[in-house]
Parts: sequence; structure tokens; C-alpha cells
Amino acid sequence: MLSYLWGFMIIIGIVVGVLKGNIAEISNATINSSKEAVALCITMLGIMAMWTGMMQIAKKCGLVASFTKALQPVIHFLFPDIPKGHIVNEYIASNMIANILGLGWAATPMGLMAMKELKKLNHDSEVASCDMCTLLIINISSLQLISVNILAYRSQYGSVNPAEILGAGIVATFVSTLAGVIFSTIARKRSNKQGYR
Amino acid sequence: MRFLIYLSDYMIPFVFFYIIGLGLLSKTNLYEEFVKGAKEGFKVVLDIMPTLIGLMIAVSVLRASGALVILSELIKPLTDILHFPSELVPLVLVKMFSSSAATGLLLDIFKEYGPDSYLGRLVSVILSSTETIFYTMAVYFVAAGVKKMRYTLAGALVATLAGVVGSVIITKLVF
Repeated sequence: MLSYLWGFMIIIGIVVGVLKGNIAEISNATINSSKEAVALCITMLGIMAMWTGMMQIAKKCGLVASFTKALQPVIHFLFPDIPKGHIVNEYIASNMIANILGLGWAATPMGLMAMKELKKLNHDSEVASCDMCTLLIINISSLQLISVNILAYRSQYGSVNPAEILGAGIVATFVSTLAGVIFSTIARKRSNKQGYR
Repeated sequence: MRFLIYLSDYMIPFVFFYIIGLGLLSKTNLYEEFVKGAKEGFKVVLDIMPTLIGLMIAVSVLRASGALVILSELIKPLTDILHFPSELVPLVLVKMFSSSAATGLLLDIFKEYGPDSYLGRLVSVILSSTETIFYTMAVYFVAAGVKKMRYTLAGALVATLAGVVGSVIITKLVF
């Protein structure tokens, strides 16, 4: 997917550049942007390290584990077909907490383990169960409370107050997740009527 | 709506206070753990660095050629009806396929208009409230060996659309 996207961006750019006579600008842009990417990553190193450092303390003192536990009722509401106490509840909770705390790279392995368990619960069917659809929709709706990356990018490009968008970001995240949850709940009811599980 | 600005300002200090307070109470070796976690963060950034370099080059070529301006002028009549800035349409579309390509376009917006402009703020809010649709679905369903995804795509699109509409409204209200 990314291969085509990336390839076409460059090809189209060069073709349009030749047609519009902007070819010298393109030449400069490739050199400057690669330099800029490195400068950006240096800013990100600092901000990301600050965040993961804090999160490591949160993990060590049991905060993440207690969040995971507190999330169980929510999970039971969203995934009514999963038996209580099943290991997949824990995977889903860890996936959600990692997403909420902005640890996306830690969320994916947990999510994949949850998918594998959900498939077992679904009798190894090749058709997605309602629980799988809900898990995916919630993951895609984004749960992240503090977007550390965006803070880093804003600060690198000279924002006066990089954190000023956090509140608005939380509201927008809430809206998208709520829409995803409502959609999943309705779709589940409809497919239960049709005899899917 | 002033409240959301205060919340933004308090967010990071509050999270730090809470985590460090709990750490002290549970007698965790705070500094050692912080350093350990910070090292993890370095690895994460080093992992995404090559991707970011590649994508920033591609986006800068598009921008320098004038293709991005042509594209946003082409779709302007349509986006004007929807009260959505045409400059952000490529980004919202690309975000469905690749998060890192969208990051490239986000940085381009910051460079062209500044992170504190209306567009800069809106794009920050949009990207904090949406995830990559097709990439996430591919990774999860391939790993589980599921072929029929049923209503997942529809639900993901509904959530993303709600996130974008919500971002436009909230950004206008707050700033």
C-alpha cells in the first residue's frame, strides 16, 4: 500500500513540476526535506523519551494494571459475547489502555493476540465475529488522550503553545469513538437478528 | 470553551504529578524506571526515522511541484459547500491508508501555514482523533486469518467521518 502511495507521490510531483517549470524547486526540496526530517526526529527523540519514561514509571507502580482492571465492565458492555474471566478480556483491555496512553506500538501486539483468541471463540471461522468488528472499529476510531507525536511536530515548527490542542483533541477523539461504539452496537443487534454471532 | 484551553494546559503537568506521586507512594525506583522507559522511546523514534525521511521527501516533491495547490483548487468548489478547507482533503484521504504519509502532509501544512494557524490547529485535532483504516484492518485481519470483514469498514468510516466533523466544529468553537 505505502509503496504505491509513495511512488505515485514522487512520480506525480516530478511530472507536474516539469509541466509547471518548477523542476529546480523540486531538486532543492528533496535535499532540504531529508535534512528537515532528521531535525524533526531529534526534537521527537526528546519528547518521546520524556513520555515513554513517564509511562514506564506508570507501569512499574501498577497504574497501568489497575486501569486495565477498571476497564473490565466497559469491555463486558462492548463485547457481550465474550465469557467473563476469559483471557481475551485482558488482551483487549491492554490494547485499549496502550492506545489511550499513546503507546501505539505496544497496543498492536496485544490487539493481535486478542484477535487470535476471538477467532478461537468464533470456531475458527473465516468470517469476522461481531466482537472482532467492534475491536477493529474501536481501534480505528482512536482512543489516544495525548498525541505525543503531534506535540513534537507542533513544537518543532515553532508553535507558541504546542499543548493548546490537547483539550480539543480529546473531545474529537471522544466523538469518533462514540460514533464507532454506537455503530457497532446497532450492527451487532441487527446481525444477532439475522442469526450471526 | 475556555475550559478546554485550561484542560490543555493542565494535562501534562497533571499526568506527571499523578504518576510521580503514585510512584513515590509505592516506593518505586523512579529515576531508574524513567531512564529505562526513555531508552524505549529512543528506539521507537529511531524505528520511524527512515520512514519519516522517505515520506517527507515525497511530500516536499509534491509541494514544490505545485501539485498540492492544483489538487486543492480542483476540489475547492466541493469542500466550500461542506465548509471544510480544501487544503486538508489530501491529508484526510491519505490518512485512511497510511499514518506516516499523513504525517508528511501534516508537517507540510505546519510549514506552509504555521502550527498556530486555523489550518494548523484543525489538522492537529483531526490527526489526534483518527487512525489509519485500511492498514489497521489489513494487519489485524490477516494476523487472525479472517477473510470476510462484514461491517468493519462501514463502522470505521463512520467513526472517522464523525471524528473529522467533530474536529472542525470543536476547533471553530475553541479557537
